[in-house]
Amino acid sequence: MKRLLLILLGLFVGVSLFAQEEEVPIADVIFEHVGDAYEWHITSWKDHPVSIHLPVIVRSRTSGWHVFSSKRLEHGASYEGFTIPHDDPYEGKVVEIIDGERVRPLDISITKNVLSLMMSAVLLAVIVLLTARWYRKHDALEEAPKGLAAAVEPLVMMIHNMAKENIGEDYRRYSPFLCTAFFFILLNNFMGIIPFFPGGANLTGNIAITMVLALCTFFTVNLFGTKHYYKDLFWPDVPGFLKPIMPLIEVFSALVKPISLTIRLFANMLAGHIMILCIVCIIFAMAKYGPAMTGSMTFVSVLFGLFLDLLECLVAFIQAYVFTMLSSIYIGLSRAKE
Amino acid sequence: MSLFTPDAGLLFWMVIIFGLLFFILAKWGFPLITSMVDKRSAAIDKSLRDAKEVEVRLSEMTAEHERMLSEARKEQSVMLKEASDTRKAIIEEAKTEARAEADKILSEARVRIEAEKESALRDIRREVAMLSVGVAEKILRKDLSDAERGEDYLSTLVEEAARSEKTLS
Repeated sequence: MKRLLLILLGLFVGVSLFAQEEEVPIADVIFEHVGDAYEWHITSWKDHPVSIHLPVIVRSRTSGWHVFSSKRLEHGASYEGFTIPHDDPYEGKVVEIIDGERVRPLDISITKNVLSLMMSAVLLAVIVLLTARWYRKHDALEEAPKGLAAAVEPLVMMIHNMAKENIGEDYRRYSPFLCTAFFFILLNNFMGIIPFFPGGANLTGNIAITMVLALCTFFTVNLFGTKHYYKDLFWPDVPGFLKPIMPLIEVFSALVKPISLTIRLFANMLAGHIMILCIVCIIFAMAKYGPAMTGSMTFVSVLFGLFLDLLECLVAFIQAYVFTMLSSIYIGLSRAKE
Repeated sequence: MSLFTPDAGLLFWMVIIFGLLFFILAKWGFPLITSMVDKRSAAIDKSLRDAKEVEVRLSEMTAEHERMLSEARKEQSVMLKEASDTRKAIIEEAKTEARAEADKILSEARVRIEAEKESALRDIRREVAMLSVGVAEKILRKDLSDAERGEDYLSTLVEEAARSEKTLS
């Protein structure tokens, strides 16, 4: 182990002898990686960026729908009156220039995050449907599941049993939602950790994604509550002088729950991504201090990067589990009988 | 900052895609898996219960078998004992019967011997009487002619006869 570390250290110092001195805008790099974009930058090959140009779909208030490749807006170019500004307001977003003013059109472009979302949704559907197919083709009473089914089944049953514990009687109605949410978050968390093409998008670290998930939980909780749940919400059993305050507090807490779910998942995943990117960026930040410094810091960076990646794998699972568990608990509260 | 403001386009796509995904998985995915696994765990529970029941029944049967075996053994020993008792009794009875028979035969034989002896004695006595009468006649014919001597002699004879009578009887 010690020898391996020494070899690594030597290798990094050696490699950094050939490093070019060039200032890297670290903050920009980091925010580019965790943010959304109209193209998916995969790598650079001989100074040419290799990226997928995704379709821009916008609806202008004046000229209706426009669909075109984001290649036409590269490097600040403008097309059909649309452009992507590099400064505020609307930095990095498609805007329409109307009378010299930046106007944000209705924008449902297939961005990096949307493509990633589509791919992971298809992947998840394939995984779960293949597992379900195993159970349709085989007699589960005769055979133990093999392959994919054996891998997915324990996770499904973990969530199913969690629903059973936290919700009680009619947990079967809610278990598919909890399973879908769990697998969706888990898969996208892991896809986010993978640093190259099919992965790498920071989907579960995007507040829009976590907000939709949390809103799903919110509506599931508050649309299918029992009579007792609503009574507790608006007219709880408390001493008279608390009667006017308690409903306020209760309603407020019901509204805060989805917000906490949103922020928890979003912040955890975003912070994980930023941490890993920072550690990786140490290598580039050190370039100007000479080979010895760069090499040794690369060594440190790789060790920390490895540690953080492993930590993120743990966090990916924990956050998916926590989101699902809290959702099931909230649903369980809304199904209260007495 | 754009990181903290949810983007409308992404929201739109997320709602559609997640909704579709949920619809598909909730219809053809998870319920099938969970119901099959639930069914399987129910089957496993049932077979475990059955196995336990069978085990209990098996142990009951073993105990029953054991009990029957020991009972049979006991019965066997009882029967053996009875048989030997009966044998002894039969032998005993046969012995006593044989003894009684032997006694009867002996006593009968004794009675008959006694009777035979009696009749033989009677015959002998008769014979002796006849003989003595004959002897007497012969003696009388020869010696009674000598009166005096005859008288002595007669009395001696009578005495002797009487003595011999005594011994004979």
